[in-house]
Amino acid sequence: MGEIQVETENKKYDPKIAAFLCNWCSYAGADLAGVGRIQYPPTIRTIRVPCSGRINPLYILKAMANGADGVLVSGCHPGDCHYISGNYVARRKFALIKSLLTYVGLEEDRVNFSWVSAAEGGRFAEVVKGVSERVGALGPNKGVFKVDDGGATDE
Amino acid sequence: MSQNKIGSVLIVGAGIAGIQAALDLAESGYLVHLVEESSAIGGTMPMLDKTFPTNDCSMCILSPKLVECGRHLNIRTYTNSQVVKSEGEAGNFKVTIKQKARYIDLEKCTGCGACAEACPVKVDDEFNQGLGKRKAAFKQYSQAFPNAYGIDEKNCLYQTRGKAKGKDICLKCVKACQAGAIDHQMEDKEFEVEVGSMILNPGFKVFDASSLDYYGYGTIKSVITSLEFERLLSASGPFDGHLVRPFDQKEPQKIAWIQCVGSRNAKINHNYCSGVCCMYAIKEAVIAKEHSHIPVDTTIFYMDMRTPGKDFEKYYNNAKNNQGVNFIRSRVYEVTEAKDDSGDAVIRYSTEDGQICTDQFDLVVLSVGLEPGDSSKDLANMLDLKVNKYGFAELQPLSGVNTSKDGVFAAGAFSGPRDIPETVMQASAAAGAASALLSDERGTLVSEKEYPPELDVAGDVIRTGVFICHCGVNIGSVVNVPSVVEYAKTLPTVAYATDKIYACSQDAQASIKALISEQKLNRIVVSSCSPRTHEPLFQETLKEAGLNAHLFDMANIRDQCSWVHMHEPEKATEKAKDLTKLAIVRASMQQPVQPIFMAMNHAALVIGGGVAGMTSALSLADQGYEVHLVEKDKVLGGVARRFSTGFRGEDMKAFVADLIDQVSNHPNIKLHVGVGIKDVGGFLGSFTTTLENGEQIAHGVALLTIGGQEYKPHEYLYGQDQRIMTQIEMDEALYNHDSKVENAKNFVFIQCVGSRCDENPYCSRTCCTKSVKLALKVKKKNPKANIFVLYRDMRTYGYFEEDYEEARRIGIIFVRYSENAKPVVNKEGDTLVVTVTDHVLDRPLEIEADVICLAAAIKAPEDGRKLSKWFKIPLNADGFFLEAHMKLRPVDFSTDGVFMAGIAHSPKNMEEVITQAKAAAGRAGVALSKDQVESAGLNAFVNKRKCTACGTCEAVCSAKAVTVDLVNRVAVVNDALCKGCGACASSCRCGAISLRGCTNEQIVEMLNFL
Repeated sequence: MGEIQVETENKKYDPKIAAFLCNWCSYAGADLAGVGRIQYPPTIRTIRVPCSGRINPLYILKAMANGADGVLVSGCHPGDCHYISGNYVARRKFALIKSLLTYVGLEEDRVNFSWVSAAEGGRFAEVVKGVSERVGALGPNKGVFKVDDGGATDE
Repeated sequence: MSQNKIGSVLIVGAGIAGIQAALDLAESGYLVHLVEESSAIGGTMPMLDKTFPTNDCSMCILSPKLVECGRHLNIRTYTNSQVVKSEGEAGNFKVTIKQKARYIDLEKCTGCGACAEACPVKVDDEFNQGLGKRKAAFKQYSQAFPNAYGIDEKNCLYQTRGKAKGKDICLKCVKACQAGAIDHQMEDKEFEVEVGSMILNPGFKVFDASSLDYYGYGTIKSVITSLEFERLLSASGPFDGHLVRPFDQKEPQKIAWIQCVGSRNAKINHNYCSGVCCMYAIKEAVIAKEHSHIPVDTTIFYMDMRTPGKDFEKYYNNAKNNQGVNFIRSRVYEVTEAKDDSGDAVIRYSTEDGQICTDQFDLVVLSVGLEPGDSSKDLANMLDLKVNKYGFAELQPLSGVNTSKDGVFAAGAFSGPRDIPETVMQASAAAGAASALLSDERGTLVSEKEYPPELDVAGDVIRTGVFICHCGVNIGSVVNVPSVVEYAKTLPTVAYATDKIYACSQDAQASIKALISEQKLNRIVVSSCSPRTHEPLFQETLKEAGLNAHLFDMANIRDQCSWVHMHEPEKATEKAKDLTKLAIVRASMQQPVQPIFMAMNHAALVIGGGVAGMTSALSLADQGYEVHLVEKDKVLGGVARRFSTGFRGEDMKAFVADLIDQVSNHPNIKLHVGVGIKDVGGFLGSFTTTLENGEQIAHGVALLTIGGQEYKPHEYLYGQDQRIMTQIEMDEALYNHDSKVENAKNFVFIQCVGSRCDENPYCSRTCCTKSVKLALKVKKKNPKANIFVLYRDMRTYGYFEEDYEEARRIGIIFVRYSENAKPVVNKEGDTLVVTVTDHVLDRPLEIEADVICLAAAIKAPEDGRKLSKWFKIPLNADGFFLEAHMKLRPVDFSTDGVFMAGIAHSPKNMEEVITQAKAAAGRAGVALSKDQVESAGLNAFVNKRKCTACGTCEAVCSAKAVTVDLVNRVAVVNDALCKGCGACASSCRCGAISLRGCTNEQIVEMLNFL
């Protein structure tokens, strides 16, 4: 275990980040970054959801438990939600999950929340860069609550 | 009018007006021919960065409409096209369209951009207002429809030099295009279409500021137009949204806007107000501040700040009081280049009190006005339409949309400057008018796509087919596509995987269809570009192959992978594999989702029998629908009964009497006059409304046109003296030849009574024009009368500027007062004395008045709250109805099937009320034309065994679609209302509620495979 850590500290390490993007703003913003060929690190694995309000706190826990090094949740700017108030629902949940994760000892920078509109291709790239750097600086997810339950959920 | 009517409509101009009208008509059963002069639809909106007053991104709100319009089976879009000839009459026109060669085959072009990359010719990019460059092979903007390039024959090397001589010059685009879409031998063509009606919305052009040399545009580099500034702000603009000066890339720290450039200028025959520039200048100033990472000082030089639209005053106040935008009421004399070699510009101006000042700015933005486009003039000319002296189309009075020719309607800036919501409103109104004209022919020319019966996949072994796209070189040059294919083959459920050069091409669709049946595939994954643009295309293919459209997922390995990781091919390939894997996991767990159909009642209920309500009712009745018109008052007509003349001199009494006569005698209209409403229940397609007399009305849609109320002033001694009256009272007094006004000599009009104050912070929009009209009426009848208008900003927008100019010319005196020094009215004995501080002389002025006319505010209707509760619709802070979207859905509520028009939405004049009423009827007609109410079905659903009826889902649902059934103690989703956001599913404590197509199980499984 110790050996592996030394190794990762020495060579440049690429985190793997689960990115939950809302369909109407942030996913569209990510598309726009592509159209503009704005380069950012290949660290995120995108999961498209209709609205940031769809994101169950379970997903964030599950992602971290499954070895993701970080999580990015991105929705519409406050007031711009396609569904009127979904991003406020997300924001409330996020505040809670943040404090829970801090409580169980997870580094704060691993889980990130942002607003990116469909027009902000550049901003999306900046967000991914920022998150990648912050998560990258923490090193691989040490699996604070990695549960060996065979991947079962409470469903 | 022709007896042989044709159920199709020609729409000229594919800006937001054309798109809205096309969608409304195509959705309600008419075939649409949409003619656009340029190579893509969209018009001016895609060029704008943000839109006021919500600061929504312009492109984001427009692009879903672009896609919808582009894909619609019953909209035939002709780009690079113009109407060259028209004959016939209302109901039956023969129109000849000329389409210029694009030199790129729309069927084959995939929009990959290889041609543009290869093209060696660089020219100024019109879309970026010449601030950037484009190639001769180009697409106007990245989200453009058609998503295809075109070749600009005026600049293409082959077209200009090679073709005529038969030499193979350049042709690099031909070599670069792997889809074989380029055809330099394409020719212009002419063809004829038959239509029953026409809607014209060719838009506008901005004023050419270089024609006014004192502003320095074209000679001073730091002087730019407002549209150029929009492109500077735009993230897709020439500097990727970095706010820099175009010529030296310096970040401006001090920016000025000069208003009324090419507007309110009688000398150059532009004696009208363009109506939009005050708001866009404020918006640009605010956005510039937000946008820049260094502090920016912004100043707007203006004559009158005209922000009379809904929520505009709030926006202005916020800019002034909270955002620190400087507003200087002034006259600008000239703009010169700074002498210090900084490239800056110096503005010389005089302030209100006559001081002459100069100030230096990094950047000066000219707020250029709107004028008729060149093609608008040609179009009006060819169709022999009446135009006004500025070249804008002249509409028939109080019609909102009718041109001088029967069956030909206008929308947008064709008939005068307009902002986006007014344009959209007028487009829906024009669509409604065309629909009413052709209602007998509805549904005769439209086609409906037929699909094979759906295969039952329940219980079948899951066999996923995976298609990885090269997108020419777009993906393939970065991502190792074959290795992704090999990897996909190793994943669970994958029965077949292959690559495609262009997965979206016609032949690829045919091949996917064939493979579905050959390989018995029952789930499909495509790894290519963005599902936002292409998911509908592939889902269409699935449906054609007999698979449910939802047995599908896409991985975005172009826009979100190869394009953004161009220099890291290995890592990009790893990412592409992972994204493909996630899509396979999701698709393998997808279940067929059936659209949900509900019954549609084809009757409409119109609440409120004023001009708005009667106009809506008539339009809907003419469209062939049964209409119930409810008016709580004992008579129809509303407040309009008290008006003598309209703003263009129309006889209002006759107009209202005629409307009442028409609604009373229309076979499709049932009147319920003198009765209020007791209760409302239901949703789109099946509302039930109970009247106070117990009668129940079943209806499919509702239109709320309940008007507003006149503010009863408690200031300026109103109510204490008969000679102090409101505008409506003065109008009545003049009409009745009341001796109080007949014998009066001194008239004082006081503006903004109960508007733009703490009690009612908004502007009531109509009062400036109304006062000017009343003052003109008095002055023309009695030239010796002394008339004073005490105002804060004269908001005579649009053509009303002409009246304001005339009023000043014939001696009506305008005195400006400030908000903090309002006029005072005193009664000395029997004499009324008005005291006001004159802004030029800066000393109090005393006027003995015989008549004082107060411009009383227009207030929100008192019944708004009741209706808000019944229909679950929101009100804004001022008590007016709040529309679904302030820009693009100006007559719809967020509640489906409920529409609004008239004063209840916000203060407006009669012409605007009529336009909006027709728009509401047009939008309601779209809903009513459907046989059934359909929803995609990607809705929330409840597992009754898990539900504890805690009510959390009900609390978070903004669509009000989830309710807890207290008898059975279980949450129930109303499929008609559910929008599919999933907030309930993520909030449920017991995992009882989930979302079709995006279940917890699916996402968790994806995370398990991360």
